[in-house]
Amino acid sequence: MNRKALDLWVGFFVAIGIGALLFLALKVSSFSGIQMENTYQLQARFDNIGGLKLKSAVRSAGVLVGRVTDIRYDSEKYVALVEMHIDNRYLFPKDTFAAIYTSGLLGDQYIGLEPGGDEEDLADGATVLKTQSAVALEKLISQFMFNKASEGQTAPP
Amino acid sequence: MTRFLHSFMDFLRLLGHETVNRVWRLGYGSRFFFAVLFRSGASLTRGRLILREIWFSGVLSLIIILISGLFVGLVLGLQGYEILQRFGSAGALGTMVALSLLRELGPVVAALLFASRAGSAITAEIGLMKATEQLKAMDMMAVDPVARVVAPRFWGGVISMPFLAALFSTMGIFGGWLIGVVFIGVDDGIFWSSMQASVDFRHDVWNGILKSFVFGVAVSQIAVFEGFDSEPTAEGVSRAITRTVVTSALAILALDFVLTSFMFRGIS
Repeated sequence: MNRKALDLWVGFFVAIGIGALLFLALKVSSFSGIQMENTYQLQARFDNIGGLKLKSAVRSAGVLVGRVTDIRYDSEKYVALVEMHIDNRYLFPKDTFAAIYTSGLLGDQYIGLEPGGDEEDLADGATVLKTQSAVALEKLISQFMFNKASEGQTAPP
Repeated sequence: MTRFLHSFMDFLRLLGHETVNRVWRLGYGSRFFFAVLFRSGASLTRGRLILREIWFSGVLSLIIILISGLFVGLVLGLQGYEILQRFGSAGALGTMVALSLLRELGPVVAALLFASRAGSAITAEIGLMKATEQLKAMDMMAVDPVARVVAPRFWGGVISMPFLAALFSTMGIFGGWLIGVVFIGVDDGIFWSSMQASVDFRHDVWNGILKSFVFGVAVSQIAVFEGFDSEPTAEGVSRAITRTVVTSALAILALDFVLTSFMFRGIS
C-alpha cells in the first residue's frame, strides 16, 4: 500500500469517526438541557420531596425552565431545602407557587412553578415561599381507606 | 497409598507452578506496559508509523464493526419494541436503543470485535516477527524493537478504538431507527425527541467514549505483549493469538463492570 492511499484511508476513517461523534453529540444527546452559565438561583422548602432528584426538571406551564441543582435537609426547620437554577430568560413573580408533580403515572418527578400576580420578580438567591409537597401515594390511599371506614360506622340504618 | 500421595504432590506442584507463572507474567506484562509508554516517544514523532497502524487496526476493522453495529441495532429495535409495546410505551424505543448502545453495547461489543479482528492480527504479526528473528535483527542494528515495532501498534490501537466504538453506536442507532421507524412505524419525531431528552452528552456519550478508550489501551497492550512474549515457534504463535483473544475478552468484561460501577452510580 503506497503512502497516498494509506493517508486517504486513514483520513476517511478519522473523518467518519468524527462524523459519528458529532452525530452522537448533536442528534442523539443534549447538553444537559439548558446551558448552566445563564441562570439564576432559587430556593424552596418542601415538607416532602418524594422522588425528586438532582438534575430533575423545573417546569412552568410544562416548559422546561431550569434544573434542580442541590437537595439538602434543613435541620432547623426539619424540611427539605431544594436549590434550583432557572434560565435567565424567565422571571417569576414573588408569590410564585412551587409544587412537586409527577409526569405521567409512574414518571419522573419535577418541580412545577405557577406564577402569581405580584409586581416584583424573584431575584437571584430568593426563596419561593409557597410550596406544596409531593403527593405520597400511601398517604392518599390510607386517607381514602380511613374515610371509607368512618363512613361505614357513622351511617347505620 | 504412596502412589496416590505422589500424584497429589505432583498436582500441587503443577498448581503452584501455574500460579507463580501467571503472577510472573502479570508482573512482566506491567513492566512491558511502562516500557512501551516510555519508549513511544520516537514513534509519536514519526507519525507515519502510527498512521500505518491506524490503517491496519482501525480501517481494516471498519467493515466488521459497521455491519455488526447495524445488526445489533436491528435486534435491539425488534426486541425493544416487542417489550416496550407491552407496557404501551413504544415511544421510549429511541431512548432504550440509544442508552443501551452508548453505555454498554457500543464500547463492549466493539472492543470484543476489535480484540478478535485487530488484536489477534497484531499478536500474529509481532509473534511471527519474533519467530523469524526479525526483532533480534533489529536489535543487532541498534534499532529498539519496542520503540519501532511495538509502540506504534499499541498507539494505533488506542487511537482507533474510540472511533470504532462511536461508529458502532451510530450504526446501531441507525439500525434501531430503521426497524422502529421505517418498518414498524413508531413516530419519527418521538423516537428522536425522547432519545434527546434522556441521553446526556457528558453522562452517557462521554462516559461511553472513555470506556472505549480504556478498552483500547487494555486490548492493544494485551495484543502487543502476547506477541512480544510468544514462543518463537509456529505453535507458540498460535497459542499467543488464542491467549490474546481470551485474555482481552475477559479484561474487557471485567473492566466494563468496574467502569460501569464508577460511572453510572446514579446521581444522588
